[in-house]
Amino acid sequence: MPSLNTSSSADISFLLLTFFLLTSSITNEQGIPRLLPKISNQEKQQQEDIRERNILTILVNKNDDVLINKTQILKKEDIAVKLKDIAKEFLANPRNAENLPEKDVKQIDGLGTFAVSRGVISLTNDNSTTFATYILVQNELQKAVNELRDETALNYFGQKYEKLAPEEKKAIQEAIPINISEATSK
Amino acid sequence: MARCKKNGKKELPEINNSSMSDIIFMFLFFFMVITTMRESDASVRFTPPHATEYQKLEKKSSIATIYMGAPLRGGIPAIDEKVSIQLNDKFASTRAEVMRRDVSDFIKGERESCANKGKDPNTITYSLKIDSEVQMRYVNILKQELRENNALKINYATKKDKKNEK
Repeated sequence: MPSLNTSSSADISFLLLTFFLLTSSITNEQGIPRLLPKISNQEKQQQEDIRERNILTILVNKNDDVLINKTQILKKEDIAVKLKDIAKEFLANPRNAENLPEKDVKQIDGLGTFAVSRGVISLTNDNSTTFATYILVQNELQKAVNELRDETALNYFGQKYEKLAPEEKKAIQEAIPINISEATSK
Repeated sequence: MARCKKNGKKELPEINNSSMSDIIFMFLFFFMVITTMRESDASVRFTPPHATEYQKLEKKSSIATIYMGAPLRGGIPAIDEKVSIQLNDKFASTRAEVMRRDVSDFIKGERESCANKGKDPNTITYSLKIDSEVQMRYVNILKQELRENNALKINYATKKDKKNEK
């Protein structure tokens, strides 16, 4: 039997290869994941219920400056430097200060009793704020939460949050929740 | 040496290239595994903002992409501020009222097609690919509309920040 001429099969597979190279993308989707809050009628009620010491209001204005708790102004350049530490101190409240959030002592599987902060970060932005600044603020808040989670994870499990098992991650998430409430902007 | 050349008129033996196609097929499979099919091409200029705390999007199967940025060639010119919104591969208007309707239609369509495939429509992740220079007024409308249609899982696409890398 004469052998089959296979010299063209390489060409055919090359064609397929180029087709796939063109139609597919390697872009790995990465970003900051967020869960939007559900719409409910009780929203306003809940907002009023939160006491003042439990809220950190962050207002981003049209010049991309940040106003914190209506008193402290951060220039655009300072956001990346200072906001994280402010948010971190607010969420952790390490010295149980009077003007920082209260804590609820909860029983969490895998952690035992843990004082969960009641702090809520309220983020408001102006219509003319640029998206880059908004993401910068979100990024800093996420960084604050991530660092707190890392610290807690190191304390309890001796490992960074990223490397924990799913159940352990869940416990840490419960201990340090991301409470960002975004009011509709003015 | 000279003699060798004179007598060396023998033809080179043909290289056996039957395994070449196997090698290329291997390449092909490699690419098929590491890539995902592109669902839509961005027709708007989209430079994502930098971030350090990004996470990789895990479920690539159910992602709806919403682009926002200055329109590129072929896009409908936006009415004000040169912002254009692209929902998967369709353009939406940037006038607030029309945009609300377009976005809400889009989300409903996505949820329906997801439900038809037998998946839970609440698992769809909405990947918001928004240019860093877009003003928040558009993003706010978009977010409000997502909330009203019970599409709560979102992801702000960001770029790796090389300067502040640990």
